[in-house]
Amino acid sequence: MRLSGYGRVDRTQSVPFRFDGRMLTGHPGDTLASALIANGVRLVGRSFKYHRPRGILTAGSEEPNALVEIGEGAGRVPNVRATVQEVHEGLVAHSQNRWPSLERDLLAVNDLAAPFLGAGFYYKTFMWPAAFWERVYEPAIRRAAGLGSFTREADPHRHEKAFASCDLLVIGAGAAGLMAALAAGEAGADVILAEEGAEPGGRLLAEAEEVGGRPAQDWAAATLARLGAMPNVRVMPRTAVTGAHDGGTYGALERVSEHLAHPAPECPRDCFWRIDARVAVLAAGALERPVAFPDNDRPGVMMASAVRAYLHRWGVVPGARIALFAAGDDARRTARDLAAAGVQIAAVIDPRADAPAPEGIDAPYFAGGQVVGTSGRQGLTAIRVRAGGRVRRIAADVLAMSGGWSPTVHLACHMGGRPVWDEALGAFLPPREGARGAVPGLIPAGAAAGVFDTAGCLASGLAAAGEALSRLGLRAPRIEVPEAEDDPGRSVPLFRVSGKGRAWLDFQNDVTVKDVELSAREGFVSVEHMKRYTTQGMAPDQGKTSNVVALAVLAEATGQTIPETGTTTFRPPYVPVPLGTIAAGAQGKGFAPERFTTSHDASAARGAPMIEAGLWYRPSYFPARGETTWREACAREVAMVREAVGVADVSTLGKIEFRGPDTGAFLDLVYTSRFSTLKPGRARYGIMLREDGHVMDDGTTARLSDDIWVMTTTTAAAGQVMAHLEMVQQCHAPGMATRFTSTTDGWAQFAVAGPRAPDLLAQVLDGGHDAGSFPFMACAAVTVAGVAGRLFRISFSGEHAYEIAVPARHGAALWRLLCAYAEGLGGGPYGMEALNVLRIEKGFPTHAELHGRTTAFDLGLQNMLSPRKDFIGKAAATRPGLLDPGRERLVGLRPVDKAGRLLAGAHLFKRGAKAIRVNDQGYLTSACHSPTLGHDIALGFVSAGPERMGERLSMVDHLRGVTTEVEICSPVFLDPDGARARS
Amino acid sequence: MRLDCPLCGPRDLREFTPRGAAVHARRPEGETWSEAWHHHLHLRDNPAGRSEELWYHGSGCTAWLIVERDTATHEVFSVRLAAEGGA
Repeated sequence: MRLSGYGRVDRTQSVPFRFDGRMLTGHPGDTLASALIANGVRLVGRSFKYHRPRGILTAGSEEPNALVEIGEGAGRVPNVRATVQEVHEGLVAHSQNRWPSLERDLLAVNDLAAPFLGAGFYYKTFMWPAAFWERVYEPAIRRAAGLGSFTREADPHRHEKAFASCDLLVIGAGAAGLMAALAAGEAGADVILAEEGAEPGGRLLAEAEEVGGRPAQDWAAATLARLGAMPNVRVMPRTAVTGAHDGGTYGALERVSEHLAHPAPECPRDCFWRIDARVAVLAAGALERPVAFPDNDRPGVMMASAVRAYLHRWGVVPGARIALFAAGDDARRTARDLAAAGVQIAAVIDPRADAPAPEGIDAPYFAGGQVVGTSGRQGLTAIRVRAGGRVRRIAADVLAMSGGWSPTVHLACHMGGRPVWDEALGAFLPPREGARGAVPGLIPAGAAAGVFDTAGCLASGLAAAGEALSRLGLRAPRIEVPEAEDDPGRSVPLFRVSGKGRAWLDFQNDVTVKDVELSAREGFVSVEHMKRYTTQGMAPDQGKTSNVVALAVLAEATGQTIPETGTTTFRPPYVPVPLGTIAAGAQGKGFAPERFTTSHDASAARGAPMIEAGLWYRPSYFPARGETTWREACAREVAMVREAVGVADVSTLGKIEFRGPDTGAFLDLVYTSRFSTLKPGRARYGIMLREDGHVMDDGTTARLSDDIWVMTTTTAAAGQVMAHLEMVQQCHAPGMATRFTSTTDGWAQFAVAGPRAPDLLAQVLDGGHDAGSFPFMACAAVTVAGVAGRLFRISFSGEHAYEIAVPARHGAALWRLLCAYAEGLGGGPYGMEALNVLRIEKGFPTHAELHGRTTAFDLGLQNMLSPRKDFIGKAAATRPGLLDPGRERLVGLRPVDKAGRLLAGAHLFKRGAKAIRVNDQGYLTSACHSPTLGHDIALGFVSAGPERMGERLSMVDHLRGVTTEVEICSPVFLDPDGARARS
Repeated sequence: MRLDCPLCGPRDLREFTPRGAAVHARRPEGETWSEAWHHHLHLRDNPAGRSEELWYHGSGCTAWLIVERDTATHEVFSVRLAAEGGA
């Protein structure tokens, strides 16, 4: 019901929306919850386990009951709190966890079975038969229990992430937060004021109080206007700070367009912020605690402070006859304010026997009374009050309750700190700064620091700002604390009322007092064990309203005090954050950067499928007319290279350019073999080890002139090698005069391979080409169509081959030229598949073989470990275990029957031996069909392999179900003396 | 978390890669396997508390840094360049 003269919604405009198909209207400024209350809707959901009817409990993000699905189709979002979602034109909301309808939910029978469904019931009940757990029990339980459901479709929403930094982050814009931001803003600090609600003001918007001689709402609005005029203050409404992290970093979720009927298409739904703050003020307020009494979960039982908030902020009352059950003076304002608004007060029940009767409220008053039961099938109709030795039934459709307040200490505990129990306040306070796990630079203020009167909150905010400013080296401005209510009233904490029937603690996960007591009886007496056994506090609301009540019940059950019992661990995020928001930008193309070679477009135009190599995209093969499989294309490309000439883009290999007089000495340190003796105009193959003696990478380094050295690395290890070189130089050889930089993206480099390669070069190089004067492993500066380039005579195919490099801006043009010339010579471009076959035929290793556990010895490269100089990994490489002949060492493998298939990843066993781990003889790292030889070939590692040439083994691939008889052979299948490359 | 790179100033954690204990930057003498090498490679302290670590500013200036910090509280005490004898 909407009351005239109350609330901050704009009544001049109506906003139509739908709830469970019903067309309702609200006003701008309404949350879905306030609009539902205005429309008389009390039943908004069904509970998690027992499918109990549930209504709105709170007016904030701590809401456990009123979870709804927002939107339709792929864009539907489950578990949205109706107390947070603002209404807008066309908003579509549905209740959750009910079938077929909210009013007639068939699974409400669960509630009748409640005696069997206590904590841990499924561990005890669904024990046998074991196979039934996955197939029958679990799916059935999952269907019955639960909250909202996923759409199982791709998330159509736009999410964003953003970064900000500031001197001072103020978390929460209530009395304390506004005051802190005002003082820091006046002092000239860079301030971010983050407020999770739609409108800053906090409790100032929800109480009938005066600040500075005017209504508190007006003071808040005026302060906000002042802050808005300060260029150094950024006010961020709808922004919940979700976590406190190392180094003053805070996470925050901003709801950017969830409240808009027609957001601009480029507008994200929400944004995840990382805010770096030099200092922060925690002014997050406090959460009112429910009281655990029998049947306290009926729609109509609400928090006393929420009822006031609905009255003052939204101008709605949730019923016509409202009772109050509270042990604190502050909650009496609910009865006072409602009575002033003309709402009938059914009763005021105060468990304190000595509390005086509330003044000016014409309603039955029960000092020392307790609510011991409720009735009403789908909403409250009456309460049962025990007072003076008898129990009365009192008709009421709303019960406003308050068990006291818990400061919102969560963020202050996110780095492992434990809150401190304050006996006088009956509340946990944030850990003191400097205490173990306390968040450095986070200053609590206001209700979050246990200050519960408005004047105190204003003063506390000002003091916190003063402290923050002194840490920032800024002078605090002279600001007076405005006059305000300064009496927090008396109160005692009230956690539970004993009585027959289930008393709920965690409304969202359906945990009752009995469950916690059962947990204690069964030995789960630690609060962390109790939490996991009962699931207390493990629902999306993380027990914001219920955890403290539950641990008080546990303390009572175990005979401990509350501080002895302690709290569970507080972890980010404070409010649920959609995974899509955390992952913002990382979907689809945003998942990883893409690197393209200069020949990419030309390759794609030829229909080449691309495969990923690290972040690079490389052509797999170039399909020719009439070819239907990749194998056909690959075989043609291999034959082309072996018989004519092929060209391939090898720009993705890492290129690192060195200058400086000590470059040779530095390369001696990083490579196992000597490079300082390399003459200008020559290139050399080398391997690098890690310090533990295993091979890290291989490649060639060319010395183009006296002072220009160019190292190539493998595509996959380029970044790793660069970091390694930096470390070796900075940590181990800081005195060496050498400098290097990555030039991978600066040069386009193409392999030209095959017997006709010299003919192609003669056509493409300015001044022609004489292979006779440019021997194997030569390098030189050349000119290509007027462009200065580099030529290397190196071969990864075993053929007479070159790599030719030009500045990347000329890459696309050179590629077209090379392809055209190659085709003129009976060749053409080849892709990664052919490149792989060509190198396997020659036994050249890649990272399939250099997989991090192999040594130079394993690869048959032990002669490259120079005994005459030091190098990285030398000491470790000489360990006897790394030189044991019995190690798994590189060999070639071929099928005994030419039709036999070889598969990389398969393992080798002696013939007749069982194919199990203890009989393992080795494994295959690379395998392919060799079109040159007409059968499959493979590289692999076999125990003492080089000493077992000709031995037959059984190759077993358990995954693909393939067994092939193989023979150990040399890893070099073709041209073992290398005559073709040197020709 | 931020590290105050001596060359770049305070930078976000995501620009850096940790590489374990700073002893990695102090290579033992000797080209043959020895007890010193064994300790260097395999026997590292793993303190819950103050420690010296090697970090790489790969998305920044590519400097290797010796970072003194507390592994339990994540408090950073100092950041030095490995190349300037930080090791």
